[in-house]
Amino acid sequence: MTSTPSLLVVDDEQVIRDSLSKWFKEDGYSVSSAENAADALRRLQGQKWDIILLDIKMPGMDGMELQQRIRELDQDATIIFITAHATVDTAVKALKNGAFDYVTKPVDPDYLSHLVANALKQRSLANENVKLKEQISEFSKAEDIVGESSQMHKVFELIQTVAKTDTTVMIRGESGTGKELIARAIHSNSDRRYFPIVAVNCGALAEGILESELFGHERGAFTGAQYRRKGKLELADGGTLFLDEVGNIDTKTQMDLLRAIETKQFSRVGGNEIIKVDFRVICATNKDLEKAVSEGSFREDLYYRLNVFSIFIPPLRERKGDIPQLVNYFIQKYARSMNKPMTGISSEAMDTVVRYNWPGNVRELENAIERAMVVGKPPKIVPEDLPFQLTERNHVLPSGSLAAAEKAHIIAMLEQNHWNISRSADILQIDRVTLYNKIEKFGLKKP
Amino acid sequence: MASAIHILNGTNIGADSLNPLAERVGNVFGVKTDVQKASINIDRAYDQSRGQHNSTALLAQVLNGAQLNQEKHILVVEVDLYIPVLTFVFGEAQLNGVAAIVSTHRLQNQFYGLSHDYPLMLKRLEKEIVHELGHNFGLYHCRQFECVMRSSTYVEEIDLKLSVPCAACSNLLRGVG
Repeated sequence: MTSTPSLLVVDDEQVIRDSLSKWFKEDGYSVSSAENAADALRRLQGQKWDIILLDIKMPGMDGMELQQRIRELDQDATIIFITAHATVDTAVKALKNGAFDYVTKPVDPDYLSHLVANALKQRSLANENVKLKEQISEFSKAEDIVGESSQMHKVFELIQTVAKTDTTVMIRGESGTGKELIARAIHSNSDRRYFPIVAVNCGALAEGILESELFGHERGAFTGAQYRRKGKLELADGGTLFLDEVGNIDTKTQMDLLRAIETKQFSRVGGNEIIKVDFRVICATNKDLEKAVSEGSFREDLYYRLNVFSIFIPPLRERKGDIPQLVNYFIQKYARSMNKPMTGISSEAMDTVVRYNWPGNVRELENAIERAMVVGKPPKIVPEDLPFQLTERNHVLPSGSLAAAEKAHIIAMLEQNHWNISRSADILQIDRVTLYNKIEKFGLKKP
Repeated sequence: MASAIHILNGTNIGADSLNPLAERVGNVFGVKTDVQKASINIDRAYDQSRGQHNSTALLAQVLNGAQLNQEKHILVVEVDLYIPVLTFVFGEAQLNGVAAIVSTHRLQNQFYGLSHDYPLMLKRLEKEIVHELGHNFGLYHCRQFECVMRSSTYVEEIDLKLSVPCAACSNLLRGVG
């Protein structure tokens, strides 16, 4: 078999030959076409074709007879009939004579893509699969998760441990700590990396919408549902389903989800067809799920089904050692995407960033650096480029002692007012002399 | 390499939405991208028997209007598109060519009976514009699930992919590898 799949389109209508040729060329197939049976047979003398798409009604020899002639030349030929003149008789005859499938024009593009892909799979594309897996393997490296702290090293170890299994994982952590990144890292290091990871934000969707989002719906399932829609469970088949904010799922959907996870099958909303799926579940929450279970808002059986292996991501304020590395990572990231020659951050700005508590965690940090990259002037980010609330809130970072709290607050006010003593003293509601004394006491210096 | 990309706007989408989208598209290909008003006769491509517009016929109009100077032209329309053998297409493009077309018709949530989500439609549109332009720049479909060049036959598959090419496709765009 050739490394590039080859396809022969046999149809008397040029517009059909052109449409199909173009469609499959975009998929990387090597495509040729024939306008009648004689032309097709000539092309078959010269080479083998992986797939032959055949019309039935053609002048001269029709598709049914051509199928028999093709078989004489190539017993293994994979023939798919695509016809506007479908009848039960011709369909039965075609399939009895060994056609792979028989479809009616116009064809649903999803159906046609899957049909040809399945046909090729049947012809065993071992070389292409290996090549694809190498490419996917290279691509599937997780987006860099940055962190050198001992807490993050522990998270990395847990990722490596659980990735190779199919165990359900529960990722816990505050909002903005990177739970989805961890989920993607687990997926990328698992045997399911050749299939998608499909993320669902359960907290962002209203009750009825979530059900349809997860399970899909059939045409007519509700007013306005004119077409079938695939749900996330179906899209995740073979891969990983990532349920973010899993604690926000309503009780009815919790039950349906539990059943789907346990039985590996479900039906779309408004449908009866049983769809079998195989996916690995990773979920995330910043809620106290145990409390939700005891209060009855989260099913206990679903909780135990999902909480098999837990990974806890510490908030950024508990791993401040990671902040400089994260800052530099984001600066490089946005310097590339904005094409801006920013090379770093001033020591004063870094100090401000490290001292801040980051209630929004890494997401808030990334937003702050992105903003600073937009407003800042190369080569470095300076304190003025940082969002206002960083410099305003910095004074609530005391280590615990009253003196530390006082020092931090004075620093914050001085910086906010660009070391204007009069204005700072006014805000602090002390006189200038007192402020000067405190500056000397705490050993503060104007940058 | 193309010197410019022109997004021909045949929809009601305003400049405040399309201009930033055009900039992001331009960043993917490293080519200046602008938005122009489309002057295409959409009705000429309408097929009454199907109730849809022939994508290839519209693409031919785009090609007629394009100068032969390697600038890419991508028409954005609101009507439902088809090519003869298929029930619909999201868009169509010349492989290694200068013309492409994308429809927002099946990118809108309302089409599927779901509630209106304008930002989502714009995100899908951006991905499909990059996808079709990718064909203009010589890229084939990619099997990577998150690559913008992955073939999408369901709108949910468009949502799964990113709006940029994977590393391999990016290298091909740059003429590397």
